[in-house]
Amino acid sequence: MTEYITLSFLLFTIGAVGVLVRRNAIVVFMCVELMLNATNLAFVSFARQHGNLDGQTAAFFVMVVAAAEVVIGLAIIVSIYRTRRSASVDEANLLKA
Amino acid sequence: MLELSWLLIAIPLAGAALLLLWGQRSDAFGHLIATAASAAAFVLGLVMFVELLGREADDRSVTSTLGTWIETARFHVEFAFTVDQLSSLFVLLITGVGTLIHVYSIGYMAHDERRRRFFAYLNLFVAAMLTLVLAADYLVLFLGWEGVGLASYLLIGFWQHKPSAAAAANKAFIMNRIGDVGMVIAIMTMFATFGTTSIAAVNGAVGDVSATTATALGLLLLLGACGKSAQVPLQAWLLDAMEGPTPVSALIHAATMVTAGVYLVVRSAGIYDASEVARTFVIVVGLVTLLVGAWIGCAKDDIKKVLAGSTMSQIGYMMLAAGLGPAGYAFAIFHLLTHGFFKANMFLGAGSVMHAMDDDVDMRHYGALRRAMPITFATFGLGYLAIIGFPGMSGFFSKDKIIEAALAHNLWIGLGAMIGAAITAFYMTRLMMMTFFGERRWRDRVHPHESPSVMTVPLIVLAALSVLGGALYLGNWIGDWLEPVAGHAEHHELPAPVIVIQLAVVALVAAGVALAVWLFRSDVPDTAPADTDVSILTRAGRHEIYTNEVNGVLAVFPVRYLTRFLVWLDARGIDGLVTGTADRIGEASQGLRATQTGYVRSYALGIFGGALVVVLGLLAVTLG
Repeated sequence: MTEYITLSFLLFTIGAVGVLVRRNAIVVFMCVELMLNATNLAFVSFARQHGNLDGQTAAFFVMVVAAAEVVIGLAIIVSIYRTRRSASVDEANLLKA
Repeated sequence: MLELSWLLIAIPLAGAALLLLWGQRSDAFGHLIATAASAAAFVLGLVMFVELLGREADDRSVTSTLGTWIETARFHVEFAFTVDQLSSLFVLLITGVGTLIHVYSIGYMAHDERRRRFFAYLNLFVAAMLTLVLAADYLVLFLGWEGVGLASYLLIGFWQHKPSAAAAANKAFIMNRIGDVGMVIAIMTMFATFGTTSIAAVNGAVGDVSATTATALGLLLLLGACGKSAQVPLQAWLLDAMEGPTPVSALIHAATMVTAGVYLVVRSAGIYDASEVARTFVIVVGLVTLLVGAWIGCAKDDIKKVLAGSTMSQIGYMMLAAGLGPAGYAFAIFHLLTHGFFKANMFLGAGSVMHAMDDDVDMRHYGALRRAMPITFATFGLGYLAIIGFPGMSGFFSKDKIIEAALAHNLWIGLGAMIGAAITAFYMTRLMMMTFFGERRWRDRVHPHESPSVMTVPLIVLAALSVLGGALYLGNWIGDWLEPVAGHAEHHELPAPVIVIQLAVVALVAAGVALAVWLFRSDVPDTAPADTDVSILTRAGRHEIYTNEVNGVLAVFPVRYLTRFLVWLDARGIDGLVTGTADRIGEASQGLRATQTGYVRSYALGIFGGALVVVLGLLAVTLG
């Protein structure tokens, strides 16, 4: 059991660090996915351990939200890339005063 | 007829209003309206005076009420005007000399494009001055008192394009305000003590209150009188006031307004009778001023400033006489009237000379004008003989009576007044010698000529009055006439027979004249010697005994620094509080703005940090 949770923790940490330090929007996006999936792993592990379905249900919700998020997010990234010829998150700074 | 005293004020006031409101359309004839208004007031005043003459002595004070001014439960002030022996003399002086000066001004101001305005202010002055002398209540008197102050301010600064005239007007106004503080406190004290400010009621009741109150009232009124009459220590404004047109100097700063202080003291006879201390102060102020004014008159080269110093000095005589109590009141008024004649005459004569010399006032540029301007010379000469007290002239009687009364009161005060007479003779002879005798020291392109008859006729009338004014004393007429107002004069023992005193005064005057004739008989340099080349007395006199410097150190300097401190307090303290708050908020906003970097990862870090805090908080709550 501990191994699953450890793995989930490691994956989440890798994802979080990736979001913070990487500049490429695609990579940042993948790291977000990594964090979501790390959470899913934690949900199902705890559901298994406690023997109820609440965690499983939550994992399904996360997947649905993640799928929707991917659709919107990738669309935004593609559109930014088309206009600015760059996928760097630091260069998308038009709103900065 | 005597109930119509309000008309005396209303006529010139209407003239002033008409000229000011009608505006430029009355430019062509405004001066005639103003002169007619003043003359009408004079005729009315004359009719009233004749009516007073025909009445019994105890029936000569008529008070008429025009309406109520202030009406409260405890305080009642009426617009009441009194025509009596004292005020009727003043009415004649103000409107009579005033009308002559109106006529003279038609010629003097002929080339001034703002002449109508000048005449409007003159009429305003006459109305305010009549309010002052006719008032039956100290508050109404104060209304006139401030009115003449306003007119004086407007007329001193009439040539407002000259910074010196504007500054002189401000100086006169501000120094008068200092005196007026005394007046205001005196009036408030009257209300607090007597519950009324009526002149008759206050002077009737003042004998029943403590001597301290009477003394305080006397000193406060004296402060007001000092401001208005240019007496030491509030004398410094009068010499600067000569910046105004010369008819103004003649009417306001010689004949009428500056004598209002003397009028106030005489009118408040009840108060001064009740306080020996206040009377002594009046005497000291008068004596000091008469010597200081004469001193300044000896040193100045500006003809108008010599006359201004002389005016201060002569009003000092009047104050001195007024301080002597019933023994001197009548003589103070007598000298006030004769001085009104001969000083107005000489000021207008000086204006005539200036007119001929292209508005040059420096006597060192005059000389030998007696041939060029015979009428001005003759009239001025008669005024001169009157002021030095040439036997038979009006000034001889009026000044001599004051000196006698002063000698009877105290030997030293009398001697001071006698020395003043000698100095008067000296500086007036100096003026005559430098202006009308000696060598020509005229500037280039100056061609002196006699003034037009519209200016010389008033001079001739005033010269005649200067000579004949002494007739008022025939058979002690003026003393008897004023006795109901001024009180009965006790007979005092003189230290020497009258004839001896008169001879001594004449001898002193002759000595002053002789000294001046000898000193200024010829070769007067046409530029003034430098300050370092003249005696310390002359230097002090030229600088008006350094009174402006003393005022600067005692009053102007502290007030200026107080103002600067207040400005600083306002800018730094109050404004600092308001703008400082805004500045702090702005700075804090700038700091917060720095956290908005625009980098996604810094926002992400914020979210993670926030989530961590929330999770830790939840853990702490659930586990704790």
